[in-house]
Parts: sequence; C-alpha cells; structure tokens
Amino acid sequence: MWETVIGLEIHAQLSTKSKIFSGASTAYGAEPNTQACVIDLGLPGVLPVLNKEVVFMAARFGLAINANVARRSIFARKNYFYPDLPKGYQISQMDHPIVETGEIEINLEDGSTKKVGVTRAHLEEDAGKSLHEDFQGMTGVDLNRAGTPLLEIVSEPDMRSAKEAVAYMKKIHALVTFLEICDGNMQEGSFRCDANVSVRPKGQAEYGTRAELKNINSFKFVEKAINIEVERQIDILESGGSIVQETRLYDADKNETRSMRSKEEANDYRYFPDPDLLPVEISDAWLDEVKAGLPELPQQKKARFIEQYGLKVDDADVLTSSPSQANYFEALVAATSADAKLAANWVVGSLAAMLNKDNTDIANSPVSAEALGALLNRIADNTISGKIAKEVVEAMWQGEGSADEIIESRGLKQITDTGAIEAIIDEIIAANPEQVEQFRAGKDKVLGFFVGQVMKASKGKANPGQVNQLLKQKLSS
Amino acid sequence: MHSKTVAEISAGLQQGEFSSTEITQVFLDRIDRLAEGLNCYITVTAEQALEAARKADQLRSQGKAGPLTGVPIAHKDIFCTQGVKTTCGSQMLDNFISPYDAAVVERLNDAGMVMLGKTNMDEFAMGSSNETSYFGPVKNPWDQKAVPGGSSGGSASVVASMLAPVSTGTDTGGSIRQPASLCGITGLKPTYGRISRFGMIAFASSLDQAGPMTRTAEDAAMMLNAMAGFDDRDSTCVDKEVPDYTANLSDSIKGLRIGLPTEFFGEGLDPAVADTVQAALQEYEKMGAELVDISLPNSGLSVPTYYVVAPAECSSNLSRFDGVRFGYRCDSPVDLEDLYKRSRGEGFGEEVKRRIMIGTYALSAGYYDAYYIKAQKCRRLISDDFKKAYEKVDVIMGPTAPSVAFNTGEKTDDPVSMYLSDIYTIAVNLAGLPGMSVPAGFVDGKPVGLQLIGNYFEESKLLNVAHQYQQVTDWHKQTPDAFK
Repeated sequence: MWETVIGLEIHAQLSTKSKIFSGASTAYGAEPNTQACVIDLGLPGVLPVLNKEVVFMAARFGLAINANVARRSIFARKNYFYPDLPKGYQISQMDHPIVETGEIEINLEDGSTKKVGVTRAHLEEDAGKSLHEDFQGMTGVDLNRAGTPLLEIVSEPDMRSAKEAVAYMKKIHALVTFLEICDGNMQEGSFRCDANVSVRPKGQAEYGTRAELKNINSFKFVEKAINIEVERQIDILESGGSIVQETRLYDADKNETRSMRSKEEANDYRYFPDPDLLPVEISDAWLDEVKAGLPELPQQKKARFIEQYGLKVDDADVLTSSPSQANYFEALVAATSADAKLAANWVVGSLAAMLNKDNTDIANSPVSAEALGALLNRIADNTISGKIAKEVVEAMWQGEGSADEIIESRGLKQITDTGAIEAIIDEIIAANPEQVEQFRAGKDKVLGFFVGQVMKASKGKANPGQVNQLLKQKLSS
Repeated sequence: MHSKTVAEISAGLQQGEFSSTEITQVFLDRIDRLAEGLNCYITVTAEQALEAARKADQLRSQGKAGPLTGVPIAHKDIFCTQGVKTTCGSQMLDNFISPYDAAVVERLNDAGMVMLGKTNMDEFAMGSSNETSYFGPVKNPWDQKAVPGGSSGGSASVVASMLAPVSTGTDTGGSIRQPASLCGITGLKPTYGRISRFGMIAFASSLDQAGPMTRTAEDAAMMLNAMAGFDDRDSTCVDKEVPDYTANLSDSIKGLRIGLPTEFFGEGLDPAVADTVQAALQEYEKMGAELVDISLPNSGLSVPTYYVVAPAECSSNLSRFDGVRFGYRCDSPVDLEDLYKRSRGEGFGEEVKRRIMIGTYALSAGYYDAYYIKAQKCRRLISDDFKKAYEKVDVIMGPTAPSVAFNTGEKTDDPVSMYLSDIYTIAVNLAGLPGMSVPAGFVDGKPVGLQLIGNYFEESKLLNVAHQYQQVTDWHKQTPDAFK
C-alpha cells in the first residue's frame, strides 16, 4: 500500500591529474595538507583557473546519456562556512549547469528495463576533510581533497525501490568508468551518492516529504540505507506521524539513519555567478570532436557481445558492468581457440568465484586472460575435460605454472585411447552385474552410474564423450 | 633628488648621475623623517629595499638594466608581497605574511623596481577617505587636517609628499582616481582585465583593477608598460597585446572630441571645483580639442548599483577570513560558531562589517532578484550609455570628485555622504573602462582633479591626452610646502 520514491545525487570524482581550479595534484592518500597549493588553501588574493579537462569529461558524460550539453555554462559560488571549505564558498554550478536533461536505461531483476531521467549534471570542487579523532577535542583539517573536481549527477525521482536505485547507480558507475572520466573507486570516495527518499500511498500523485541520506559509498549500503529509511518513514506514517524534511546520515554499523539537520537549520547558500571565472563556452565543432572520440559505451558493447559472440543477455550484462570485465573477456577470446560462450562461462563462473573468494577484482586477477586462454585451448582440443580444467586453474591461481605445465606435471592429460578406456569399462561391467541387469531391463538412468564409476577409476582423465559412447556399446551388446 | 619623477630617476640612473642605492637611501631617509606624521606607510622595508637597490645597481653595471631598474616604489598593502606583512589595512591580516608575490609585484620586481614599503589604505579597500584603516587615518600632505581620499590614500599621500616617486593602487569604485584627485597626483585605472588581479586581495572581483599612482602621465605610461599583460593565473585578465604606452604621448590632440556628460556637472558638484574643471577644459580647447555635450542618462544609477554589486561580491570574497587557516583568531573560542563569530566580529572594522551585511542581504533567498539581478541589469544600462557616447567622442571628461579633500572625521558618521564622493568615478568601474585623474588646479589650497575616461583598452589615447595637458600646465609640478 506504500510506494517508495527515490532520486539519487551521485558525486563522481573526475580523474584529472590536477585539481579543477589549481595545478595541485589530485592523487589519493598523500600526507595531510601536502597537496594543497595557495589556491586550494584560499589564501588572500588567489584566483581560480578552470582545468579544461573537466569540461571535456563532463561533455563526454552528457553525450553518453543523450543529454543537452550546454554551449554556455556558468560557475556559481555556494556560500557557507565550514573549516574544510577554505574560501567560505564552494565553486559549483547552479542556474546554468554544463549537462541538462538526459536519461539512462537500467536493467531490473525480472529481466525488464526502465528509463531513469537525469535532470542535470554539473561541475564543482570538492571540499577538504575534517578529522575529528586524535586531536583531543579539536578538529584537524586536511585540504588535500579541496578542489578535487566532481561531476554531480542528479536523477529525476524515477526509482521505486532500493533495488532500482542500486541498478541505476551501477549503470552510472559503469558509464563513467567506460568513459574513463572517473576511476569508480568507491572505497576512496571517488564515486558516492546522496539518496532522496520518500514514501506515498500507492496511487497518490503528489510526492511524500523526503529525507536526504548523505554520502553513501557502496552499492550494498545504498540498498540497506534506503530500505531502512523506507521502513522508518512507513512506521512513522502508519502510527499517525509525519515526516520531517531533513538530511540524515546512514550508520552502516548500526544499520540505521540518523538526523543531521532539518530544513529549518538549512543554509541559505546565496548562490551567485563567480566573478572570478568566465562563462564556459563550448562550440558545436568541439562537441562534435568529443562525440567522435567517445569510446564504445556499455550498452553498445553489450549488444555487440550478444551479436558477435552469441552470449546470453545475463552474461553480456555482467561482462559489460565494468571496463576491466569487458577487457578481460575480449582478451580471453582473442587468446583462445575455444568458443566465446565457453570463455564467457569461465569469466562469469569459475573466475568470478575465485576473485570473490580472494576479495580481489578482475583487473588484479592472478590468472591473466592469456593464461586462462591457454587452459581453455586444452579443453577445446580434448587434452583435458572441463572438470579437470577447474583443478588446473586452481593450481594456476596458486602460481604453480602455466596450464600446460600443470597438466604435464600432474599427469592430467585426458585418456583418449579407446583400448585403455575399454579395459576400464570391462572391469567396471564385470564388477557390477546387478546394475548391468538393470540397464538391460530398460533402466537407462543406470548409465550415469557407470559413467561415474569409469571416470572415478580413470581419475577423471577419461574422455567423457568416448566413455559414454563405449559404455552404451558394451552394455547393449 | 626626491622631487624627481620616475622618468627623471630612470634617466639619472642611466646617465650614472646617481645609483639606485643612493636614491633609495634618499627616500628611506625622508620616510624616516616624515612618514609617521602622515601615517602613510604600514610597513617600511628598508633593509630589503637597500638589498634590491644593490642588486639593481649590479644589473646596471652588467648592462642588464631596463627603464625601471633601480627606481623605488611603494606598494598598496592590498598586494601580496612574499615574506612581507600584507595587511589590507585590517586587523584581520595584521599577522599575515604572504608566502607569495602578487602578479603586479612580481612584474615590477622583474622590472628591477625597489620596494620601499607597503602603504596604508582603507580596510579591505572599503572607504573613500582612508579613515577605515585599522592602522589609523592617513593625512593629506596638502592639509594635514584633511583626508587623502581612499581607498588608496596611503599610496596617494606618499607620492604627493614625495616619500616615493610612484606607488601602486587599486580602484574598485574610484580608489585610485579619487585619492589622486584629493592629493594632486596622477592616477590611472586601466581597463578591467588589462592588469592581472592575481595576488591582489579581492574586494569586488568584477570591479577591482590595479593601476599606477604617479606625478605625471609619462610616469604612468612607463609604469603601465611594466604592469599590463596577460596572466594565465587570472581568468578575467585579457590576452591582448601590450603596446608601448610611452610611444604616443607626444601625439597632437588637435581635433580630439571631448565628451562632457551633463550629469557630471549638475547638483552636488562644488562650484569652485566646477570652475577649475572648466578652466582645464578651456586649455584643451586651446590645444585644438572640440568640446561636445553628451548625456549618460543612467549615471544616476551608478551609486545604488555599485552599493549592491560591490557588497554582494565582498560578502563572499571576505568569507575566507574565518580565523581557521591564517589571520586574526579570537582568544579561546569555545566552539566553531564562537570561533567564527568572534574572529570575524573582532577582526573586521565597522565599514567592512556594514558592507558584508549589505551584500549578504542582497544575495539572500527572496532578495536576490530584487537586488543582485536588478543591479546587473542597471550595470548593463550604464555600460550601454558609454558605448553610445563613444560613437560621438574620443574621451569623456569631468571632475574626479565633487569636492576637494574634506576634513578627517567630517563624513565618518554619514556613510551615504561618504559614498557620494565617488559619484563620478563609480560608473567607470561598472562599465570596466579605463579612467584617469590628473591635477587641474586648487581650491582653498587643496588640489582638484580632472577625470579622463577612455574607451576600452585605449589607455594610450588617455595617457596621450593627459600628457599633452601636462605639457601646457604645471599643476602636476606643484608640491606641498611641508614636504618640499
């Protein structure tokens, strides 16, 4: 009887080498305040100068979501006091953002798709960090992050469940990483979001009062935070209360949201155009160039994978969820004579499981696409079975050598000699007269028992196809 | 020696009549003797000056001297100077040693100039009398009961009293031209974007512009040659070729069309000042110029427009002075809000706080359209008036200020009357045009300035027109008796 309404504001840190308005480095993890120049510190007399790379990156994003890339956008000052905001204002964009009205298609769990509107995306500078621990009741300020370029991507309130919100966030994540404008590293805060959440009785046209959940930095937490917030709001409404418009913080340890400040305490940011910066002017010719230089987008890549390699939609989805997935898959296909579908199965199956278990990602896989390709070749040429291959890849994972070396040293080569297989079959048939009777009486299922026994006796090395064929012959004769 | 102009010092150094060390010492001695009475310097950098002078002399001996090498100068304390206290006339920055040089300072250092010290100014350049300075009011060398004008009051005072041959100033609504007028010197505010604002502490970013304060137009031209030019650290600095501003000083101004806006000669202008300006205009007629009556119908909007735009920008520009990273911090703050409130409440003076309040109000939700947006529209109307005028005339002239220097304390309790002393200069900043003030006579022994307003980037023309006037008059050669 309640419907959830969600809109997301995603902050994607643009992967420029230097800051948006100064030449200082944006590298993560340096000693506090070592990557803040006089401009980032907001010293008297300093002025911002726009890093043109961010305009290129924002334009790329706008083109990728079929948005209007504004030919003229304007930087504005958002005024508020906070110790990690050196100038007392943040340079952002207000009335004239660089990207306006686009949309993106998300995939839902039931296999259907849904379009989510992107209201706008604007450029802005990040603030520094306030460190409240280790200073005996005082606050430390680290301004390394101050001036790091951000693209804030604001969605329409188009999502109706936490799962949809996560699907949208994943889609944007894939997009910005494929576009090479954001490294997508959520642990380092390069990709994070605020969620605007409200509920309303099903069928009601007006939105309910919303709460804004601040700074959520993982897909898992987005889902959890929204669900717990929805629960909280429904509880309040069902017990006759009303929702207060406010900013709330999600506490992952306690799995609860807490109020940070209400609308009444909200700042009047007194936005006005920054007189230190000129409007950003973009020509049609330049935009055409950016368009021509766009890389293959996840959606296009997915369609191509299905078309070119005959992949299942699900597999194609997984393989185009990040550039490293897609790159690994295509490198694997190039490195092997095995069927692309087999390659896809390996990447989304065994390899994904091993990566998961070791808590690492495909870009850092201990088994390279080339090494895995060599293994798949041995399946394709019947040197080993798929089952043996799993044993081999475990050994490769541990660094025991190449596929061929392991197959050789462990003697895992498949038995394809008909005489040798026949000898084993004869032994098994002789040892199991009862099952032979059953088979001959028409109980076909018993064949599986015999296959299993033969494979076991051959330590898995007998060629399963041959075993099947020879068994049928012998049992029927 | 101290009465020499920049051009004369430059020539003397070139001809070996004296060294930079000698002339620098002359000014340092005078500063020692006379500066305190005028309260025109906040910081005197004697040791560094002598060191720089020695270096300049060395360069000269190696044949590497330019026209300004070894010439002493004073910088308005709004320009950041590396390793030297940069206060902006405020308690807020009384302890601020800049870690870097402003673009203007850097350029003039590179030209070999010798910094004598930092001049007093209205706090954060907000004022027209130099009475808002945390370091106390500056006195007018012509009449020590009178103000020198502001906000570059210290810079005007040091040049008029010959405690420096030249100084730098900044002009947001008249802060170079009005004190130049009140102190009887030559002041130039170039076109917005002609000189880099990098390192110049911002008051109102869309209006602020640096410029030279000198004894003559020729000196101003020499200075502008070194100060102007593109700087990629200031996005509003214009990438436009810098001509040799001294090249056209001697051009004839026969046939020059001088526009006289009726709005600049109406009510509020002291009749004696009006007469002085008329006399100057007659000199121009004698030189073959043509006087043309024009109208700037929206000039009445200038003061109200300025007092929305400038405070709005300053309310944001001055947010960085929060007691967190540098500058004044209150004693024992109990929490963050207390730190902000007391640091800013104690560190800023009354006029600065007044303007921050006005600006904050003008930008607030619900008022923004009625004030800030409307002011931007008025600003466009004011600029359009000038554009139309320049279809008919080459330069525009009128008084720089409505009166000669008023007495210290006379207007401090009446901010609106104080604001009106910039009534003729403000429109020029709103339009971004170049403007000058040149000495044109005296009323009751106090100097009167003639204002010259040029079209965009026509500083050469302006300097030529000013220089020609200084060839037929000697008002600019007058010096106050107490400082001969």
